[in-house]
Amino acid sequence: MPREKVASFEIERLEVLDEDGNLDGSLEPDLSDDDLVSMYKTMKRARALDERAIKLQRRGEIGTFAPAIGQEAAQVGSAYALEDEDWMVPSFREKPAFLTRGAPMEALLWYDAGLEEGAEIHDRNDLPPAIPVASQTVHAAGIGWAQELEDDNSASLVYFGDGATSEGDFHEALNFANVFDAHTVFVCQNNQYAISLPREEQTKSETLAQKAVSAGVEAVQVDGNDLLAVYKATRDALEKARQGKPQMVEAVTYRLSMHTTSDDPSVYRDEEEVERWKQRDPIDRIEKLLRRRDVLDDATVDGIEEEIDSEVDDAVESLKQKKADADPADIYRYVYDEIPDGLLRQMEARQGVEE
Amino acid sequence: MTQTQTQTQTQNQNGDGNDSNNELNLVESVRQTLHDEMGRDETVVVYGEDVGVDGGVFRTTKGLIEEYPERIFDTPLAESGIVGTAVGMGVYGKRPVVEIQFSGFIPQAFHQIKQHVSRLRSRSRGSYNCPITIRAPYGGGVHALEHHSESFEAAYSHIPGLKVVVPSNPSDAKGLLTSAIRDPDPVVFLEPKKLYRAFREDVPEGEHTVPLEEARVVSEGDDVSLVSWGAMVRESLKAVDEVEASVEVVDLRTVSPLDAETVVESVKKTGRCVVVQEAPRTLGVSSEVVSRINDEALLYLEAPVERVTAPDVPYPFPEREGAYMPDKEQIAEAVRQTADF
Repeated sequence: MPREKVASFEIERLEVLDEDGNLDGSLEPDLSDDDLVSMYKTMKRARALDERAIKLQRRGEIGTFAPAIGQEAAQVGSAYALEDEDWMVPSFREKPAFLTRGAPMEALLWYDAGLEEGAEIHDRNDLPPAIPVASQTVHAAGIGWAQELEDDNSASLVYFGDGATSEGDFHEALNFANVFDAHTVFVCQNNQYAISLPREEQTKSETLAQKAVSAGVEAVQVDGNDLLAVYKATRDALEKARQGKPQMVEAVTYRLSMHTTSDDPSVYRDEEEVERWKQRDPIDRIEKLLRRRDVLDDATVDGIEEEIDSEVDDAVESLKQKKADADPADIYRYVYDEIPDGLLRQMEARQGVEE
Repeated sequence: MTQTQTQTQTQNQNGDGNDSNNELNLVESVRQTLHDEMGRDETVVVYGEDVGVDGGVFRTTKGLIEEYPERIFDTPLAESGIVGTAVGMGVYGKRPVVEIQFSGFIPQAFHQIKQHVSRLRSRSRGSYNCPITIRAPYGGGVHALEHHSESFEAAYSHIPGLKVVVPSNPSDAKGLLTSAIRDPDPVVFLEPKKLYRAFREDVPEGEHTVPLEEARVVSEGDDVSLVSWGAMVRESLKAVDEVEASVEVVDLRTVSPLDAETVVESVKKTGRCVVVQEAPRTLGVSSEVVSRINDEALLYLEAPVERVTAPDVPYPFPEREGAYMPDKEQIAEAVRQTADF
């Protein structure tokens, strides 16, 4: 036979909850009403924090940051699937995921305000944000590889965007992960734009999920604005990853606001497109379901919003104190485990100038 | 087969095998250190391209896979993957010692070293360390292929958070590598491949560490200080035999953080100094050494500090290597001029 097919593949797409709040009961993941309300609250907290932070940035009170408005289901759904002892390796837009993992809201604000204190790790196995695109994917592969070596039943989950799938590190990470049976789940938040470059011009790949196939890694695409689909896909992926079979989940979502607060998205996308995606708002969708089930009503939603407002106020208040307490000598302290003599002299000389 | 590999195999047939009094060449010393540290600490993992079954292209890891099959790995060919996964291994609790096959290919992992390895500790405010040792054959003098001979230590030394170590002999190789592996901070450990099988010396058996921030006065002298590191230390010692002056040879051993104190003390005694580096002239480690002497010993100087370096050109193809690398004649001439100034 001169020609024969030697490889073929297919990518499945998973949707559980549609835009009107209708549910496919056969696919519904095992989550209690309490779980759902908790996830809903975390999504609302993330949204409120981002909205307030944009205002603070506009007033010059905090620095440039990357809002996650519109991507709450992709993050909360996936992070909620993690066990406490699992590892989370974020990119730079993962406030909703950090909140899901129990990070204090105030710390996230400190980070945006330019204080390293915000990147100090709370009581989970999470890495601090990584700015260089795709560079963190190999870290997660390393953790997943170590988990396999230790017969550890835990897993690692890494976040990255559509642009990252064009970077070399993404492909090296997938390849290493599969070669060494890493316990790693790769979660791509395909939010349609790498700053201004639309996903269609980022890559000619029909799906981003299929890029994992080239490394032999199983992959699935999900509706990234569907909290239940993201949770289910990630949960299933984690189960396989714990057995040494790394997985990729492509969550198709949309960044409703800007790339960062320095960006003006109106230059490269039209309002009509944004409006279409607003109809698919991930928070509205789960709220519709919970109202239909009488888990939420106007009064409970109002109560949740009041509680969140007060939490955001407290976080903003704590930032003032944190800024006032910031010690400039901190820049010398954490570079090495022990400060080398030469650096110690630089530190002392600097302190001498200040005094 | 590359020229380097041919040469390595020839040397391998003639050179390896431990003597009873632990006379080792630099390759054997590194191998023994890896063996000892893997035996001492089961969190140590060793991986890189061809380091397992093949024992590394210089045979540096030869035989280790038979002793520690669960902790030595042949990786896919991907330098960023090698260094980047080590970050994950490190935060998880492993102590990765990774090999980049030639230092000329570290640039493919440079972003991991600069963006993450060097600063994970500071940006997490000490929540995580990167206890990684990145080993690589380094430097010229063995007629290797293009990109196989560069001396890029200054670039790593410009990155806060890293330690950059270049041993100049088998005994130090053991002491420094042991310290590097045990260090909670990341270390770029550059092994001068010209010295891999150049000579043997007695290497202490058992526990042997050399602190990572201490230069060594190799031989004492009163007239001129001669400062170098790596393969240039041996070249400098050859040059000393050709001059009449009393020369104090200082081996930096760790080029970052720099032990300027030992250099400054030597210069205060001799009043004259020559710094020798294999790397191109501009903004090399020698530039920093001269600056430190200016900062702290300027008024002790009786002559300008002289530098012997490679020119500011890309490392040439093998046939013109001799026109590039500093040699004992150039070093001897610089010492004479400085002594006679």
